[in-house]
Amino acid sequence: MGITLLAFYLFAIVAVCSGLFVVLARNPVHSVLWLILAFFSAVGMFILVGAEFIAMLLAIVYVGAVAVLFLFVVMMLDVDFVELKGGMAKYLPFGLAIGAVLLIELGLVFGHWNVADNAEALRQSVTPDIADKHNTIALGSVIYTDYIYLFQASGLILLVAMIGAIVLTLRHRTDVKRQNIQTQMHRDPAKTMEIKNVKPGQGL
Amino acid sequence: MDELLREYLPILIFLGVAAGLGLVLILAAVIVAVRNPDAEKISAYECGFNAFDDARMKFDIRFYLVSILFIIFDLEVAFLFPWAASFQHVGIVGFWSMMVFLGVLTIGFAYEWKKGALEWE
Amino acid sequence: MGFFETNLGIFVTILAQCLAVIGFLLVCAMFLVYGDRKIWGAVQLRRGPNVVGPWGLFQLIADFLKYLVKEVVIPAGADKTVFLLAPMIAFVLPVVIWAVIPFNETWIVSDLNIAILYIFAIGSLEVYGVIMGGWASNSKYPFLGSLRSAAQMISYEVSIGFIIVGIIISTGSLSLVDIVKAQDGNYGALSWYWLPHFPMVFLFFISALAETNRPPFDLPEAESELVAGYQVEYSSTPFLLFMIGEYLAIWLMCALTSLFFFGGWLSPIPGLPDGPLWLIGKMAFFFFMFAMVKAITPRYRYDQLMRLGWKVFLPMSLAWVVIVAFFAQFGAFGGAYARWAVGG
Repeated sequence: MGITLLAFYLFAIVAVCSGLFVVLARNPVHSVLWLILAFFSAVGMFILVGAEFIAMLLAIVYVGAVAVLFLFVVMMLDVDFVELKGGMAKYLPFGLAIGAVLLIELGLVFGHWNVADNAEALRQSVTPDIADKHNTIALGSVIYTDYIYLFQASGLILLVAMIGAIVLTLRHRTDVKRQNIQTQMHRDPAKTMEIKNVKPGQGL
Repeated sequence: MDELLREYLPILIFLGVAAGLGLVLILAAVIVAVRNPDAEKISAYECGFNAFDDARMKFDIRFYLVSILFIIFDLEVAFLFPWAASFQHVGIVGFWSMMVFLGVLTIGFAYEWKKGALEWE
Repeated sequence: MGFFETNLGIFVTILAQCLAVIGFLLVCAMFLVYGDRKIWGAVQLRRGPNVVGPWGLFQLIADFLKYLVKEVVIPAGADKTVFLLAPMIAFVLPVVIWAVIPFNETWIVSDLNIAILYIFAIGSLEVYGVIMGGWASNSKYPFLGSLRSAAQMISYEVSIGFIIVGIIISTGSLSLVDIVKAQDGNYGALSWYWLPHFPMVFLFFISALAETNRPPFDLPEAESELVAGYQVEYSSTPFLLFMIGEYLAIWLMCALTSLFFFGGWLSPIPGLPDGPLWLIGKMAFFFFMFAMVKAITPRYRYDQLMRLGWKVFLPMSLAWVVIVAFFAQFGAFGGAYARWAVGG
């Protein structure tokens, strides 16, 4: 079990440190890169607990897609660092206050945390043993049937996201030429071309 | 559980070996090769001009739209993977539930198409 | 308990396997670049590399030494760490994917049961090498090149995902070994998935071209507009790492095409023995196709590229998933298709 424990601490420390650097890095692009590292450590930890499907999904969706979006957004921003730092001094006490409140709340919750008597048994029954059923198939056999409403709801959320993104960002430019493949394909020489017989020395 | 981790250990080692190799190659060039930078050599390439301004400029919001649409379709693919893998087990309910899901997203896709979000200009 | 069952023994075994695979890959990359240039030369009635060694075979060793002694130029405005990290990422990711590629039923470093997801996950990260390289250079050409490249790679990834889903429906497993085994039938080459998934073979191959930024989709490095895209500011071994990474990604796509659609290590003629040589032969054939496409096609325009990805490939591959699912569920053609493609 030595290697597993070692790997866990490695991933955990990397995750926490890179989380810290996400906040501390001066350059927003560096922040995103640290965030990617944090995601990666999370992938590692998911694998350690045997949730390989979730781990891969985290890599595909968060690292492969969401972080790319973040990078685009961050690179698109024209950030003025001096102004940003000036703002930080102003909002620091406020931010610290919110952080402190959250921390206290978490502490309160943690202090009163009671583990239900049958919690262990419930957790055991949720996932079948990895040896007799791989967790992709185990997930697949419940998502689409037992959790059909949640599944359909997620489909609707994706639809809303799709429409929202278009409504928010799509601006049609009018000053560009567009290519219409259909009209281009259906052009025929008879309609678009005219042959004129120009007599020498006369012109049209 | 150990069986599972045993499968991932090679990947970790692979990662280590590959990263080591890459590092060695870069370091080798740093050590072996001459380094003699001058102002012209290390200035940004701009087809013979001096650089006009910083290269970190604003760019078209369309890249942003493409990556949002990519996230959505990526999630769709992510939902399809376990469905396809357990195709024989989910039965007719699972089959139609996925068809409805795909139908909803096809509506979104048709909307995108109509709105011209898929056009690059 | 023998040495190879102890922890150290297992570690040493894995390390040896890794080194063997990486060694094989580097030798492959060397001959791929050579082959690429030779084929390209032949199409254009040139000789290609022919000076160093017999038929110019050692050209790449000479090139390697040359890269090694070149100066590493780091542009003044560049972000040094990210600048050097980018080629590392571009090199490491394509190499790491090879850990799950089977050369034979047992010749595999790590037989993950979710190998396809793993490939898809690591493959979707390859875009970072490009973005980081372009951004860190702090120069306009690389930046524009990397943006274009990133948008292009993510656009075609979606269709690749859908195509793979179709194959998973047929196999019911995410393991590459299972996918190849499922294609093992009595009719040799006719049992492979290229026939039941016929249109997807082309879609996959073309998407693979776009995904690896190969001509006719080499927009990011369009020499005439962007000089060399995200690689403009790179020299010496960092550039070499980008190049090896690119060729390994192409070689990987050849391997995936062979494994998904052309039976991997299975022999095309019933009766002949199966083996890794078949796989390498098939991969070499697809690489030849990659090189030929590079030699004979003109470059796409960027808006056409995006149109092809989003308006043609995406709906087609999505429709194919639905069609395969219907065939598999309802046993179309008296269940013939289901038995053939789904193995049910």
